[in-house]
Amino acid sequence: MQQTVAAAEFLAACALSRVDAVGGFARDGLLSSQEVFTQQLVTGLSNGMIIALIAIGYTMVYGIIELINFAHGDLCMLGAYFALTVVGALGVDQWAGTGGIMGLVLVLVGTAAFCGSLNWSINRLAYRPLRKASKLSLLVSAIGASFILVNLGLFWGGLPMDVFADGTSSAAPKAFPALVSAAPAAQIGDVIYSRTDLLVLCVTLPLMVALTYLVRFTKLGKAMRAVAQNPTGASLMGIDVERVIGASFFIGGSLGGFATVVYSLYNQTVSFQMGYRMGMDAFIAAVLGGIGNLPGAVLGGILIGVIRSMSDGYLEARWTNTVVFGILILILVFRPSGLLGAKLREKV
Amino acid sequence: MIRRTASIVAALTGAAFLLAAVPLNHAQDKPSKTLKIVSSLPQTGSANAQTTSIVNGIKMAIEERGAMVDGFKIEFEAMDDASPQKGNWDGQIESANAKRAIADPAVVGYIGTYNSGAAKISMPLLNKAGLVMVSPGNTAAGLTKPGLGEPNEPAVYRPSGKVSYFRVVPADDIQGAVACEFCRNDLKAKKVFILHDRELYGKGIADVFKKTAEATGVEVVGFEGIDAKASNYRSLVTKIRAAAPDVVFFGGTTQTNAAQVLKDLRAGGAKIPFVSPDGTFEKAFIEAAGKDSVTKEQGGVYITFGGVPSEMLTGIGAKFVKSYQAKYGEIPEAYAVYGYEAGCVLLDAIDRAETKDRAAIIAAVAATKDFNGALGTWSFDENGDTSIRTMSINTIEDGAFKFVRTAGGAAKAK
Repeated sequence: MQQTVAAAEFLAACALSRVDAVGGFARDGLLSSQEVFTQQLVTGLSNGMIIALIAIGYTMVYGIIELINFAHGDLCMLGAYFALTVVGALGVDQWAGTGGIMGLVLVLVGTAAFCGSLNWSINRLAYRPLRKASKLSLLVSAIGASFILVNLGLFWGGLPMDVFADGTSSAAPKAFPALVSAAPAAQIGDVIYSRTDLLVLCVTLPLMVALTYLVRFTKLGKAMRAVAQNPTGASLMGIDVERVIGASFFIGGSLGGFATVVYSLYNQTVSFQMGYRMGMDAFIAAVLGGIGNLPGAVLGGILIGVIRSMSDGYLEARWTNTVVFGILILILVFRPSGLLGAKLREKV
Repeated sequence: MIRRTASIVAALTGAAFLLAAVPLNHAQDKPSKTLKIVSSLPQTGSANAQTTSIVNGIKMAIEERGAMVDGFKIEFEAMDDASPQKGNWDGQIESANAKRAIADPAVVGYIGTYNSGAAKISMPLLNKAGLVMVSPGNTAAGLTKPGLGEPNEPAVYRPSGKVSYFRVVPADDIQGAVACEFCRNDLKAKKVFILHDRELYGKGIADVFKKTAEATGVEVVGFEGIDAKASNYRSLVTKIRAAAPDVVFFGGTTQTNAAQVLKDLRAGGAKIPFVSPDGTFEKAFIEAAGKDSVTKEQGGVYITFGGVPSEMLTGIGAKFVKSYQAKYGEIPEAYAVYGYEAGCVLLDAIDRAETKDRAAIIAAVAATKDFNGALGTWSFDENGDTSIRTMSINTIEDGAFKFVRTAGGAAKAK
């Protein structure tokens, strides 16, 4: 139901013709301090929701096999290259109306399937053979997978396609076409809620609801929780542990796929190096919220987004990383398991 | 990774050849008749298109002389000072490159770097070892000019006390001032918001811009260093909107996210001119920025450059562009001619040097007077700077750079 409403709302926003309501702002006068604050909040929430969606992928994998999947950010990066390739092959540079919604859904679902399958394969090839090995070998394997993905991205950027500048410079950042325009979907005073902000909300919110439903109320969700609690016990109860782990990788990866399409449409830049920052922000978010805890990852992501935005806006941009890590350290000192993380029981 | 493996293989192959060559030389008992020039430029990352054309320029300078100078054979090797992790210059690799060049007795010239921050690392190493360094791209003023950078600059780069670093491109004390003058006179800016990438080059030119603005009555409504790795700058844009400037100046390069800053400005509804220095004067910037954000309707993008674009060159420069096009099938990037000029002036000095040792070659480069090259007729001054001061202002139209006007030619900065 919620999804239908969101889609309809988005359709309405896209159906509006491209009006540029905001001209050169120099003539509009200054923004009031409340307007500045609200605008920063909007930016922070949008950025935060993208981070949250990626953080879920981290936290799901950690919750189940206690692995910090360092390849997750780079998986999202590769997803962005996939999305750009699809968009390039479709040959569109502006989406509007029903066709636009269809195209958007196609790219979203396609990229999610791509990232999900890729994440599943990485688990199958790089992590599953090491299941009995020490956690450290698994971590090294994850770092190796991350390197491979980065170099695949570097190679992919050199494809002779229009969207990759005919492959003349594989390492250069690529412009992702502004398929969803940044024109305001709503505007109160000088506070702009752009269509890209709306897009972020319309994609992330239903996904989070769907994921909560899946984990809480389905058989697979129950199996996932069981494996997270005690893999041996779960297998004794007849749960196919490897299948559940594979499914978690697929779901985490496809959420990353959704996130990366939204990220690309929001920022309009794709680069083979973007995975590092995406992964780092999401990892911090997951730790902040309590790694292994799904609502925690969402809370952490949104917090990181808003803190970043406020720090950029009210302090100087160069202090932002210091502020983020400072808050992380403070929270971990007083709540070592994160904001919503439960105390870890020692596994026997 | 792939590149690194390739370079390891190349290095091993090279080592094998060297081993094979050593006994041969002994047998003939002749002094080495081969001199080597190396370059160190960021070739992994988005600067690659620009730096590849610089390397091509250097190669053309060597080939024009048949790879022979005064009876000596000239060898050339292009080194990469970037890493895939950074996608930009990497201090560790730049330092390793400098040390490798110093350790190889055949090397008599070091052409590099592209980034001023990288030069800061290799300059003292090469100076101490007495190996001449000619840069085709560094523009940070403090590298050579006393009083414009940190208090210990440029002495800190010259541990031997002698000047061994030269550059064929005019420095940022001129470029920053020209950019500000353009904002004031042509764009009629009364208020500017200045951003920089916190690197030596970007911050340096932003500082000059700020100083010039304050001296000429342009109000600076913001001066801020950005996080070059951030995914977007929407919050910063809100801050800029609140300050309502007429122009945004960004001191930085394509590699430090200039295109993202521009895109977020446009996404935030800021239709005001965006002015940036020569670090964004490459095709990669236009590609990264996308066609919508660079148009005049969106406010326009203006880029200053320490010289004139390739198609505006005359004389030897025009000839160079023509033969470059014939050889590589495209118009060279803006810095290719500086690579060519750096190569030419170094070869000319080797030719003039009595003995072909490193010290004599430094002296010969320093003595360069009224050199008739692709950039015109010019000399190196006592700091190692070129006497050329011509700048150009460029904009972007239909997805390509377009020359607007020259500037700064007459101004004699201290």
